[in-house]
Amino acid sequence: MTTKSFGEPILRKEDPRLVSGQGRYLDDLGHEALAAAFLRSPHASARILDIDVTDALDVPGLIGIYTYEDLEGRVAEPLPLLIPHPALLNGRTGYPLANEFVRHVGEAIVMVIAEDRYIAEDVVELIKVSYDVLQPVVGIQNAKAAHNAVHPSVPNNVSAHSVKEVGDARAMIKAAPHKLSLDLFIERSACSPLEGKGVYAIWEEDSQELRLWSSTQTSTGVRAAVAAKLDLPLQKVECIAPDVGGGFGVKIMHPWPEEVLIPWAARKLNRPVKWSEDRREHFISSAHERAQEHHIEVGFDEEGRILGLDVTFFHDNGAYTPYGIIIPLITSTQLLGPYKPASYRVEFTSLFTNTVLVIPYRGAGRPQGVFAMERTVDAIAKYLRLDRTVVRERNFIQPDEMPYDLGLIFQDGRPLEYDSGNFPASMAMLKEMVGWDNFETMRSEYAAQGRKIGIGVACYVEGTGVGPYEGGFVQVETSGRINVATGLTSQGQGHQTVFAQIVADELGVPIEDVFVTTGDTRRFPYAVGTFASRAAVMSGNAIALAARQVRDKALRLAGEALECDPHDLEIVDGIVRVKGDHTKSIALKTVAVLSNPLRYAFDESAKAATQFAVGDTSKPPVPEDQEPGLEGKDYYSPMASTFANGMHAVIIEILPDTAEVKILRYVVVHDCGRVINPMIVEGQIHGGVAQGVAGALFERMAYDESGQLQNASFMDFLMPYATEIPTVEAGHLETPSPLNPLGIKGAGEAGVIPGSAVFASAIEDAEGFEIRRMPISPSELWELRRTMKENA
Amino acid sequence: MKPSRFQYVRPASIPEAVVALQRQNSKVLAGGQSLTPLLSMRLAAPEVLVDINGLSELAGIELRGSELWIGAIARHQEVLTHPLVGTHVPLIQQALTYVAHPVIRNRGTSVGSIAHADPAGELTAVAALLGARIHVVGPHGVRDILANDFFVGPLESSLTHGELVTGVSFPVLDSSWGSSCVEVARRHGDYALAGVCALVQIVEGRLTAASIAIFSVAGTPVVIDVLDVCTENEKLNLKVQSLIDPDTDIHATADYRRQLVKTLVAQALTEARSNAESRTS
Ligand SMILES: Cc1cc2nc3c(=O)[nH]c(=O)nc-3n(C[C@H](O)[C@H](O)[C@H](O)COP(=O)(O)OP(=O)(O)OC[C@H]3O[C@@H](n4cnc5c(N)ncnc54)[C@H](O)[C@@H]3O)c2cc1C
Repeated sequence: MTTKSFGEPILRKEDPRLVSGQGRYLDDLGHEALAAAFLRSPHASARILDIDVTDALDVPGLIGIYTYEDLEGRVAEPLPLLIPHPALLNGRTGYPLANEFVRHVGEAIVMVIAEDRYIAEDVVELIKVSYDVLQPVVGIQNAKAAHNAVHPSVPNNVSAHSVKEVGDARAMIKAAPHKLSLDLFIERSACSPLEGKGVYAIWEEDSQELRLWSSTQTSTGVRAAVAAKLDLPLQKVECIAPDVGGGFGVKIMHPWPEEVLIPWAARKLNRPVKWSEDRREHFISSAHERAQEHHIEVGFDEEGRILGLDVTFFHDNGAYTPYGIIIPLITSTQLLGPYKPASYRVEFTSLFTNTVLVIPYRGAGRPQGVFAMERTVDAIAKYLRLDRTVVRERNFIQPDEMPYDLGLIFQDGRPLEYDSGNFPASMAMLKEMVGWDNFETMRSEYAAQGRKIGIGVACYVEGTGVGPYEGGFVQVETSGRINVATGLTSQGQGHQTVFAQIVADELGVPIEDVFVTTGDTRRFPYAVGTFASRAAVMSGNAIALAARQVRDKALRLAGEALECDPHDLEIVDGIVRVKGDHTKSIALKTVAVLSNPLRYAFDESAKAATQFAVGDTSKPPVPEDQEPGLEGKDYYSPMASTFANGMHAVIIEILPDTAEVKILRYVVVHDCGRVINPMIVEGQIHGGVAQGVAGALFERMAYDESGQLQNASFMDFLMPYATEIPTVEAGHLETPSPLNPLGIKGAGEAGVIPGSAVFASAIEDAEGFEIRRMPISPSELWELRRTMKENA
Repeated sequence: MKPSRFQYVRPASIPEAVVALQRQNSKVLAGGQSLTPLLSMRLAAPEVLVDINGLSELAGIELRGSELWIGAIARHQEVLTHPLVGTHVPLIQQALTYVAHPVIRNRGTSVGSIAHADPAGELTAVAALLGARIHVVGPHGVRDILANDFFVGPLESSLTHGELVTGVSFPVLDSSWGSSCVEVARRHGDYALAGVCALVQIVEGRLTAASIAIFSVAGTPVVIDVLDVCTENEKLNLKVQSLIDPDTDIHATADYRRQLVKTLVAQALTEARSNAESRTS
C-alpha cells in the first residue's frame, strides 16, 4: 500500500515557496500598472458640498480624478446587499464613491489614478472637499438613543430586529427557583490580515475581456459581481486570487468599492490599474466586528440546570449592511454552545452607527455569544457555590442525544441540528490536561508566595462547513502529474497540502505528484468561497468525490488494458496492478495516455496514444458514454452544516501592583471530526488562540465620540506579538461527522471563539469580582479593582 | 502611505553633511526607524533627507577619558552587545533591552533615539539621568549640549536648524555605582506606559547618591534626586508623584500610570542597589 497520508502531520507543500520569498501577493503583481489612491472622508457623518480639484490638475503623472458624478451605469448604483434576510428590514449599502453623504471616517469620495502611487497620493492631498459636518452616531448607546440618524430613512437606526423562541422562556424563568440577570459587553475588533486588500485589473480591448486579481476570499464572487457591475458577460471576466496574506473574514465581503472601481477604470483607460490597500486604509475603510451588548435573564434549579434563558442583545453593524446580519444571526443561534436549556428566547436589534461597516471576523458572532453564555454559566456556579465545570456538565447535551435538534434555524437557513460531539468526554479530557481538580493546591502554593492566580474555562460549538456547495476537479496528466482544482481560495490555511493528502490517498499516488490550484476562475468556475471553517469540509469532500471518479475510470481503462476485472485492481504509488499479482500492472500515467486517443504524436507518450497504436476497431475511439482524459469533477453539497466543538482552559497570574495578566498555561480540547493533518489543525488552533488572546486582552477599536478611530495603526491597535502568545497545549477528540464522506468538521475558527469567555472566567476567578466587559487592559482591571474596593 | 517628494543626499564628509543640512526643511536620516513612518504617514515632509550612514567618523563606540562616546551611526544592537558599554555604563544596555525588537534595533541608532527626543524613549531617560553630553556640529562649528538642556519637549530638542548630532558621551560609572531600568509596556518591545531608570552609589556600604529618571509620563524625562527619601517608601512616593503629570489616553488612565510609577520607582531603586553590590563584589 501507498503510505496513507490522511491523518499524518505532513509538512506544508506551500511553505518552501512562501518562506523563500517566492510567494506572489497582489502587490507583487503589475509593477507597470497605473496606481490608484483614494481621498477618504475625514468625518464620520457629513454632506459633501463641493469637491475642488483645481490645484490637483497640473501634477505631472496624473491620469484621472473620479468622483461619484463620473461613475457610469451600474457602477453608479448602490453596492449589492449580498445576504438579504427577512429580519433585515432596513438594509443599506454604500456607493463605490460617496454619493453626496459620507457615513464613516474612511469612506471613499474621490479616486485618483496616476502613473504611480506616490503621485496619486500627492494628488489626493491637493483636492479640497468642503463638507457640512453632521452629528455622528458612535457606539451602541448613541445608536439606541437615536438623537441622530445614520440614514435619515431608517427610523431609530434599526437595521434589523428578530425574536426567536424555543419554549416559553419568560414563563419558565418566572417560575424557576433561582434567577440571575447579567449585562455583558464586547467591544469592536478586526481581522487585521497582514496583507490588506488589493485589486489589479487588465482590460483586453481586442477581445473585450477583463482579467482581474484580487486579494479575496472568493474569486468566483468577485467575478460575478464585477461582471454584473460592468455589464460584461461572465465569460469575459476572469478573477484570480494570487497568494493572499490572510483574510479572517474581511475578504469574503465583495465587491468592495475598489473591486468595482479598479476594473472599471482599467477598461475606461484601457490600461492596467492596481490598488493596494495601506494599513491606515484597512483600519478605516475595510471592516470591523464584535461590538455587542447583551442582557441576560436566566432561571435555574438547585442543581444549576438552566430552565429558561432569555437573551436580548444589540449589535453594532456600522454604517452599512452589505453582508446582511449574519453576525447577530450566528450569535443568536450559536450562543447555546453545548448546553440544552429547557427554554430559550433570543431577541436582537442590529443598529447603524457612523463607523466602519461590520462583516464576519474569524469566529463571526460566536465569541460574543460564547462570552454571554459562559459568563452566565459561571454566574450560576458562583451563585450556587458549585464547581464551574459541574454546572457545565449538568447542562450538556449528552452523546446519546445526537443528532440534537435545537429548534432554531441556522445562518444557512436550515434547521440547527448538532450532528456529533461528546461534550462530557471533552470536558473530562480538558480537566485532566489542565489539572482542574488540583488547582486549589496550586492556588495556595502561589498564594504562599504572595502571588495571585486564577483558572478559567469556556466551551463552544461551532457550525462549520456551511453550504451551498463546493466542487473539485482532479486530472491525471500523461506525465503522471495530478492536477487538482477547487474554486474556493486560500489565505494561508494549507489547502495545497490537505487537498493533496486527500487525493493521494483516494487515488493511490505519491503526494509529491499532486498539485492543487485554488481560487482561479479559469481553473474552476463554480465556487462559493473560504469562510465559516468550510474549506476542508466542502472542497475536501468534493475533491475526494472527484478523485473517486478518476479512480473508477482508471481502474476500468486499466482493466481493459490488462484484460481483467477492474475489481481485482488496486492503485499503489501511481501504478495500477492486479491485487496479489504485481507483475500485471500499468502505470497510472499510461492509463492517462490510453484515456485520450490522439491523432498527433508530439512526443513518446503521445505516440502510444495515436489511432494506429491503440484501440479496438470495433468501437469508436471514445466509447459513447465516456469522455476523453483521465479526469473527474464532482461537487459536494451538504444537507446541513456539521458542528465542531471545543473547550478551553487558561491559568493566569495577575500581578498585584500593576494588574498585568500573565498566561501560565493555555489548554485546548478540540473536536473537528476526522483530522486530515494534525499539524495544520494545530496551526489553525494556535493562530485562533492568538486572536482570542488578542481580543480578550489587547485589541479594540478606540473610536472617540466624533467617530475618529484613535488607534488606526499597529502602534496603537495592540495586535499582540509572538511574545504575548502562550504555548498552546492541544488535545484532539475525534467524533467523526456522519454528514460527509470524509467525516470531517471545520477547524478554522475554533481557536478564537472562547477567548474572551475563558479569560473573563480566569480573571474573575483570580480577582473575585465580576467581569462583564471585554477586552480588558491592565489599566481597566486596576481601575475596576479600585472601584470594587471603594464600593465594598 | 507614501512619502511626499523629497531629495536624498548622502554626504561623504561631515562638512558636506553640514552644508546639505543648511538647505531649507532638511532632516537627518540615521536608522530611519522613527523617521520613515513619519514620512510615510506624511506627518513630516522634509524637502531634503541627509543620510549620515556613510560618515565613518560617526561610527563606533569608544572610551574617551572618563567618558564613553557613542557615535551617531552606532546601531542599538551594537551598543547593546558592546563590552565597553557593559563595563562602563551598564545602564545603557539595561535600558536597550526594552527598546523595540531585534530587527528595529539592527537599524535604529542609539544616538538617533536621543536626537529624536522621544519622551517615551528609554535612552532619552538614560541620557538625562546620567547627564550625558550631546556633541553637535553645525554651520557655526561644534558645540556640546548637556542632556538637561537638550530635551525641551516631546520630540523637541534644543538643536537648531542645520545641526547634526555627531555622538553622545556618557560619564563612566565606576564600580561604586549601580543602575537599573524597569518599565511596563503593553507588548514586549513597545514604548512603555511608564518606565524608570535608577542610579545609586554605594561607598563603604553607605548610599551616597540616588537618583531616578521617569519616562513616558511627561514631555521630557523627569529626573529626581531621591537620596533624601529613598529609604522611606511613603515619602519617596509623595516626592515622585508631586513631580510627574501623566496623561490619560486610550491605553491607560493617569492614575494607573501613577500607580506604575510608584511600583517601578521602588523596584528600580532596589535593583540598582543590588546592581551596585554585585559590581563591587
Ligand atoms: C515598532 C517600533 C518600536 C519601537 N520601540 C521603541 C522603544 O520601545 N523605545 C525607543 O526608545 N524607541 C523605539 N523605537 C524607535 C527606535 O528606537 C528608533 O530607531 C530611534 O528612536 C531613532 O533612531 P533612528 O536611528 O532610527 O533615527 P531616525 O528615524 O533616522 O531619525 C529620527 C529623528 O531623529 C533625527 N536624527 C537622527 N539622528 C540624528 C543626528 N545624528 N543628528 C540630528 N538629528 C538626528 C532625524 O532627523 C529624525 O527626526 C521603535 C521603533 C519602531 C519602528
